[in-house]
Amino acid sequence: MTAAVVTGVAVAAPNGLGTDAYWRATRAGTGGIRPIRKFDTSRYPVTLAGEVPDFRPEDHLPSRLLPQTDHMTRLALVAADQALADAGVDPGARDPFSMGVVTASSSGGFEFGERELRNLWSKGGQYVSAYQSFAWFYAVNTGQISIRNGMRGPCGVVVSDQAGGLDALAQARRLIRGGTRLVVSGGVDGSICSWGLVAQMAGGRLSTATDPDRAYLPFDAAAAGHVPGEGGALLVLEDADSARDRGARTYGEIAGYAATFDPKPGTGREPGLRRAIELALDDAGGTAADVDLVFADAAAVPELDRIEADALTAVFGPRGVPVTAPKTMTGRLLSGAAPLDVVTALLALADGVVPPTVNVTPLPGYGLDLVVGAPRPARLETVLVLARGHGGFNSALVVRRAGA
Amino acid sequence: MNGTTDRRGARGGRRAVITGIGVVAPGAVGTKEYWSLLSAGRTATRGITLFDPAGFRSRVAAEVDFHPEDHGLGPQDVRRMDRAVQFAVVAAAEAMADAGLAPGEADPHRTGVTIGSGVGATMALDREYRVVSDGGRLDAVDHAYAVPHLYDYFVPSSFAAEVAWSVGAEGPTTVVSTGCTSGLDSVGYATGLIREGAADVMVAGAAAAPISPITVACFDAIRATTARNDDPEHASRPFDRTRDGFVLGEGAAIFVIEEYERARRRGAFLRAEIAGFATRSNAYHMTGLRADGREMAEAITRALAEARIAPEAVDYVNAHGSGTRQNDRHETAAFKRSLGAHAYRTPVSSVKSMIGHSLGAIGSLEIAASVLALAHDVVPPTANLHEADPECDLDYVPLEAREHRTDTVLTVGSGFGGFQSAMVLRSAA
Repeated sequence: MTAAVVTGVAVAAPNGLGTDAYWRATRAGTGGIRPIRKFDTSRYPVTLAGEVPDFRPEDHLPSRLLPQTDHMTRLALVAADQALADAGVDPGARDPFSMGVVTASSSGGFEFGERELRNLWSKGGQYVSAYQSFAWFYAVNTGQISIRNGMRGPCGVVVSDQAGGLDALAQARRLIRGGTRLVVSGGVDGSICSWGLVAQMAGGRLSTATDPDRAYLPFDAAAAGHVPGEGGALLVLEDADSARDRGARTYGEIAGYAATFDPKPGTGREPGLRRAIELALDDAGGTAADVDLVFADAAAVPELDRIEADALTAVFGPRGVPVTAPKTMTGRLLSGAAPLDVVTALLALADGVVPPTVNVTPLPGYGLDLVVGAPRPARLETVLVLARGHGGFNSALVVRRAGA
Repeated sequence: MNGTTDRRGARGGRRAVITGIGVVAPGAVGTKEYWSLLSAGRTATRGITLFDPAGFRSRVAAEVDFHPEDHGLGPQDVRRMDRAVQFAVVAAAEAMADAGLAPGEADPHRTGVTIGSGVGATMALDREYRVVSDGGRLDAVDHAYAVPHLYDYFVPSSFAAEVAWSVGAEGPTTVVSTGCTSGLDSVGYATGLIREGAADVMVAGAAAAPISPITVACFDAIRATTARNDDPEHASRPFDRTRDGFVLGEGAAIFVIEEYERARRRGAFLRAEIAGFATRSNAYHMTGLRADGREMAEAITRALAEARIAPEAVDYVNAHGSGTRQNDRHETAAFKRSLGAHAYRTPVSSVKSMIGHSLGAIGSLEIAASVLALAHDVVPPTANLHEADPECDLDYVPLEAREHRTDTVLTVGSGFGGFQSAMVLRSAA
C-alpha cells in the first residue's frame, strides 16, 4: 500500500510561533502558559491559557481575508503557507485535483461566533455579519486553506474533540492511499474568548491555578485539570513515491492509526485506549517493542491519568517505554494539540532527543517512565502519539522514521 | 453487470451495504411517514414556529413536529442533548430496529459511529449564549448561568458520543463536519472504514436543528434564504424560474451500514449498496460557485468509476437542488458535464422542495430518499416546480412522483466551503 509521508510541517504554539521558535522553546522546556491577555478574566475562576504570541495576521494575509476570518483561521492559513513552503511545494504548479485538505476542528471560529451572537442579541439580527454563515463553522479552515492554495481534490473535516487531530491525519492518509498526491492536514484551533472559556469551564476539566508552573500537572499528585490553549500544527502529507521522485526531504511516515470509543459510563467495561494503541501498532505492522517513545494525552485529571497509565503499562509493561507530554508547556490546544504532538514527534525523531514534560513530579504509582526536567537524548525510530476527546474518543497514531 | 467480480466492489475488497434506515424529517417522523410525504409530493415548509421570527427577512422553515418524550427521551436527555442530537438518537434507534439489531448485539469493538453535522449544536448555543450574556447585555458572559452540558454544545463530537452510547458502539467514532455536504460525507467516511476493515458495522448519518435566530440572521445577511413569507408552503422552489433562495430545514437520517458478507450471513435485508463515493472542492469561494460545475462533475465521475458503472446506468439523480439561483444552474451544468447526453434522459429531482435544506443533515436525508426510491421504483418529485429556469433544462420530475425502474441512484451535495460530494447507491438485494 502507498505510504503517506510527511514532507512539510508548520507550528503555531503558545511557546513559539513557527516551527523553529517552537522547537527551540520546547527542547529547552520553555512554556507559554500565562495569564490571559486577550480579555478580562477577573470575574472567572480560570485565568491562565496558552495564547500564541506575536501573531500579526496583516503581515501574512491579504486585508480582504481579515474581516471574514476568525483568529484561529488566520493562524491556520499562515501555518498552511509555511507547511507548504517547508515542503518545497508550489501548489500553483500542481494539478489542483491532486491536492486535498483535511483538518480537525472542535469549536470552529468560536470567537467570531461570540461577536456575532453579541450583535444579534444586543442589537438585532440585521447587525449579524455577512461572514457569519461560514466564518465560525467547523469546516472553515479546510475551506479557506483549499481556496487560498487552489486545492480542488478531496477535502474533509472531522470533529472528535481533542482526538480529532489524529483522526484528520488518518483521513489524510486514507486519501493519499486512494490516489490523492498531497494533503494538507492537522488542526489549528482555539477559543480563547469569554464565551469560549465559559464553555470550556463547563466541561469541568480546567485548572483554576494562578501560577503557570503549577497549573497543568498530568501524572502528578497535584493534577487538577488542564490549561486551555490555542494553536496547533499543519502537516503536508504526500505519497512516498512522489515525494521521493521530487527529492523531497521526509520527516517520517504516518505508519499506523486506530480509533476507539469508550463504553458508556457505568457499564464497567474497560476503556478503549489500550485497544486503540494495540490496533494502531498492528496497523503499523509492528509491536510494542518497536516503540521508542510515547506522547501521552496527559489529561491531568486523576481518573483519566490513571486510565492512560494503565493502558500504557498494559501494553508496554511498567516503565516499559519513555513517555512525554510537551503539551505541559502549551496547554491543551483542542483539536490542534495532537497534530502539534505529531510534529514534535517528527522533530524529536530528526534530532534524537525527547522533549520534556515540564513542572511535573510523576506519581510513582502510575508506573510511567515520564521524561521530566531536561530533554533526554535517544535514538528514535518509532513514536506513538495518543489523543483523547471528551466523551470517550481515543485515537492512537504511529509515526516512523522514513525508510525505517 | 452484477457478476461475482463486480459484487466484490471497486477495489475487489470489502463492500458496504445499508441494512437499516431511521428518519426524523419535517412533516414525517419515521421512514414510512417520510416516504409517504415524498411520494405524495407534499411540502412540509411553513412559517417559523420554533421562535418568533418577527423582524427577520426570511421567516419560513421546514420544521419537525417532534416530542422527545414520545420517543423515550427523559427530561435529563432533553437537557443534555441539543435538539439535533435528540433527532439523531431517535433516528439511530429506528435504524437499528430496521436492521434487526438490538443495541450491543453487534460486537461493540467492531461497531463505529459517524455523524454528520454542519453547524453543531447551534440551537443550544444560541439559547445559552442569550442567557449567559443576559440577552446581550454582558460583553463578558456570566459563567454562573452556564448549564453543565455547555461543553457538549461547544464541541459537537457529543453528537457521535450520544449515538455511540445509545447503540452500544465502541469502534471508531467521530463527527464529520463539512458544512452542507456533511450528511453525504459522513456516510462516505463510514463506508471507507468498513472497506478498510476498521469496522464491520457503522451507525452513520447526520442530524441538524439549525432553525434558530443566529442561523436565520446569518443567511438573511447574504440573502441565501427565501423571502416568500406570505406563501410558505410553496417557498422551496428548486429549478423554478421564480425561486428566490432556500428554505431552512431540520432533521436527521441515520443508517446501519454493514460489511456485505457479514450482512448476508446474518440474513439481513440489504437495502442498498454504497457503491461509489467521492468529494472534490471548488477552491473558489466560501459561498460562491463557479458556473461550470467542474468540481461536482469530477466528484460524480470519480464516484461512478468507483462503482464501475457508466453514466448511462444512472436511473435517477437525487439533486442538491437547494433553490438558490447559483446552485441550480451550477449543478445542472455539473450533470451535463459528467453524464453527457444521459443527463437529459435521466430523472433528476430535489426533495428540498418538500423538506427544505437542513444543512449538515440533508445529505443523509437525501440518501434515505434515494434508498427508498430504489425500494419502490418510484422517483420523488420536485414540488413547486411550475416553470423551470430556462438555464435549468433537465427532467426535474415536477410536482408528482413518477413510477420508474430504479436500480442505481446518484445523489449529490454542494456546500459552503466549496465542498462537492457524490454518492452512487444501487440495489443490493
